[in-house]
Amino acid sequence: MAQVIVVTSGKGGVGKTTSSAAFATGLAQSGKKTVVIDFDVGLRNLDLIMGVERRVVFDIVNVISGEARLNQALIRDKRVDTLSILPASQTRDKDALTKEGVAQIIDELSQDFDYIVCDSPAGIEKGALLALYFADQAIIVTNPEVSSVRDSDRILGVLQSKSRRAEEKKEPVKEHLLVTRYAPERVERGEMLKLEDVREILAIPLLGVIPESESVLKASNTGSPVILDDVSNAGQAYKDAVARFLGEDRPHRFIDPEKRGFLSRLFGGRAA
Amino acid sequence: MSWLDVFRGKSKPPPSAGAAKERLQIVLAHERISRTGDDFLPRLQKELIQVVARYVAIDPKAVNISLDRGGDMSTLAIEVELPAPEKPKPGADAPAGKAAAPEAPAGSKAEAGQKAS
Ligand SMILES: Nc1ncnc2c1ncn2[C@@H]1O[C@H](COP(=O)(O)OP(=O)(O)O)[C@@H](O)[C@H]1O
Ligand SMILES: [Mg+2]
Repeated sequence: MAQVIVVTSGKGGVGKTTSSAAFATGLAQSGKKTVVIDFDVGLRNLDLIMGVERRVVFDIVNVISGEARLNQALIRDKRVDTLSILPASQTRDKDALTKEGVAQIIDELSQDFDYIVCDSPAGIEKGALLALYFADQAIIVTNPEVSSVRDSDRILGVLQSKSRRAEEKKEPVKEHLLVTRYAPERVERGEMLKLEDVREILAIPLLGVIPESESVLKASNTGSPVILDDVSNAGQAYKDAVARFLGEDRPHRFIDPEKRGFLSRLFGGRAA
Repeated sequence: MSWLDVFRGKSKPPPSAGAAKERLQIVLAHERISRTGDDFLPRLQKELIQVVARYVAIDPKAVNISLDRGGDMSTLAIEVELPAPEKPKPGADAPAGKAAAPEAPAGSKAEAGQKAS
């Protein structure tokens, strides 16, 4: 049986798709058979971030409506051979996703894969509810900013009441906090919520901290998940998070400001 | 403020992250409570109106309930607009003390009341 992981946040634009792509790639790199599903019907983007946009033929809605078989819609990644992508539909409306349809897809994928990563759309409407419904574990993507923290708290409430595990009164969905777009310099200047504050407020176990990094934009420009960029801070932070998820004990990095030289401090230069 | 800032001519704005934390803690404490139970305010308002209406004739629309959520304390303010008091009627069992107004003898006051009604 596969583990179903939802990557969710409530708020949009916080890094769910970036994190889903990085996480799924990282799990697959460590030998786990992994599939990542885009639940953002109408606003498909995971295909671009994964760099498979030109290979999309069928999508999740085609499978649910019986127009294509699951195997036909799955796209095998060319870089990591244990990784597959199931794209969202770009044209149909959200009502095309049904609970029964998604249940059947998850069921079928469960037989072939170790991990099923669900990239949730923003909001707490149907698409987001379906993305989290079947989850065994949840990665809560949060930016150190008031509205993102509040929405994360809200989505935690939804997980605890509206997921299948909650409805069937099973062991609750395992929650992980992933703080993204963290800027230690701004935290030091008192402009941004501290990691400790976010942890204290949300009170769920911390999986990782991904720094704000230019490498993320570069990665999305080229369609290569940032975790494949070994030299970037963000890539390394995602690697650490995946390792922790798989049980390794790794210290958190990139949470303190980089030490800057005397001259760059004197002239107010910004660290890259 | 680092001494280097003197050279850069920057003056630091007050840090705002502390305010963010405080505001979040307050709003989430309340949202978590209302998540478990349903929102009781509409029912509270309805029942309060019923209770008040048992004692005075009120216009339900003239009842205003407001809530201010705070960290240590929240205030629930209930404002009920009471109708203007009616003038005492003759023969009404108004307490003697009040009826004995110093300006006029009791009899003439009763008469005035009669004319008015
Ligand atoms: N760690 C990061 N550093 C810099 N930019 C980031 C980071 N994470 C995400 N972004 C950017 O934020 C935007 C939203 O990211 P995305 O993953 O699409 O969010 P979501 O799926 O939650 O809407 C994108 O432009 C992405 O490049
Ligand atoms: Mg997204």
